[in-house]
Amino acid sequence: MIVVLLQLTGLFALLSVLAFGGGAGVIPQMQHAVVEVHHWMTGPQFLALFALSRSAPGPGSLISVLIGQKVAGLGGGLVSGVAMFGPSSVLAYMVARFWLRSSGAGGWRTWVERALAPVAVGLTLASGIALLRGTEHGWAAYAVTLAATVLLSVTDLNPVAMTVAGAVVLLVLGAR
Amino acid sequence: MALYLGFLTVGACSVGGGLAAWTRRVSVTRRGWIDDRQFLTFYALAQLVPGATNANLAVFIGTEMRGGAGALAAMAGLMTVPLGVFLVMGSVYFTLSRGPAGAWIGLALAGMGASAVGLMFAIGFRLGRRNLHSVVSFGVAGATALAVGLFRIDLLVALPVLIATSLALHWRAPPDRTGGGAADGGKADRAAR
Repeated sequence: MIVVLLQLTGLFALLSVLAFGGGAGVIPQMQHAVVEVHHWMTGPQFLALFALSRSAPGPGSLISVLIGQKVAGLGGGLVSGVAMFGPSSVLAYMVARFWLRSSGAGGWRTWVERALAPVAVGLTLASGIALLRGTEHGWAAYAVTLAATVLLSVTDLNPVAMTVAGAVVLLVLGAR
Repeated sequence: MALYLGFLTVGACSVGGGLAAWTRRVSVTRRGWIDDRQFLTFYALAQLVPGATNANLAVFIGTEMRGGAGALAAMAGLMTVPLGVFLVMGSVYFTLSRGPAGAWIGLALAGMGASAVGLMFAIGFRLGRRNLHSVVSFGVAGATALAVGLFRIDLLVALPVLIATSLALHWRAPPDRTGGGAADGGKADRAAR
């Protein structure tokens, strides 16, 4: 049990400081570690937790709490949550202190912003690709993914409404 | 205490996205803790620091108001309601999915998951439309998506290489509409959820 808790802590603490451009970027690595390295769950189970984390309030990175809970119960969930948010928050605090003290925008900030943006965009798309690869998508699920991609790209549809619609479609069809 | 309560509202109200929009509403419009310019700067910085953008944003505003204690209060407020919801939701799901309704729940979540994957792609496209203005930017974004998504290169290796490459390629690039992502933070966050 202790070993599992330590594994959870190590994994999410590492992902915490690697999560440039927001929490979504580390989903591929999280999925790889959870499904293929530690065999804590299957790909479809991981996608189910991902779906849950996207339809609840709060930051999506709280998926770490669900994974920890699945692996090691309530304690696992709490440990994973702290590991996922602790290190990055300490970093944010240090940057905030530094920023408030030096309080002035230099050209370097624009440069860093401009360079990090494409990496963040790529990481977000990578999450989609990794989730697609890791699950047993059937034709119905592919159709839902395609429809969601198009609709959410070009309209201001609420993502939660789209998520519920996806569930309804598969339930009505009775197939994935 | 006010920081804790303010961010408690943000955390509780953020169902369906728009965490940053709620943060702005509480900290700028309703409570007047910071002004709009500060908010946008903090939002951009929160994206630069690793970790969940909105958690970092809470840390920034908390630090600005009351230093370390403020940061702690803001984070605690932001996480209280969502953490509770996740723990309850998780135990309900794990119990039910083992019962007779398990197959139906599995199917429903597969549908939700399929939509959520579409959401990730849509966020990527939206962010791309707003933040990529040159062939170089598109190249870096594409390389990142393939390296991490398709070829599964470890982030510990991929991120330093990609970030260093991007920094080198964007050095003294012609000025363009940078900060576009931060300039409409609320919308970006809505998409980012």
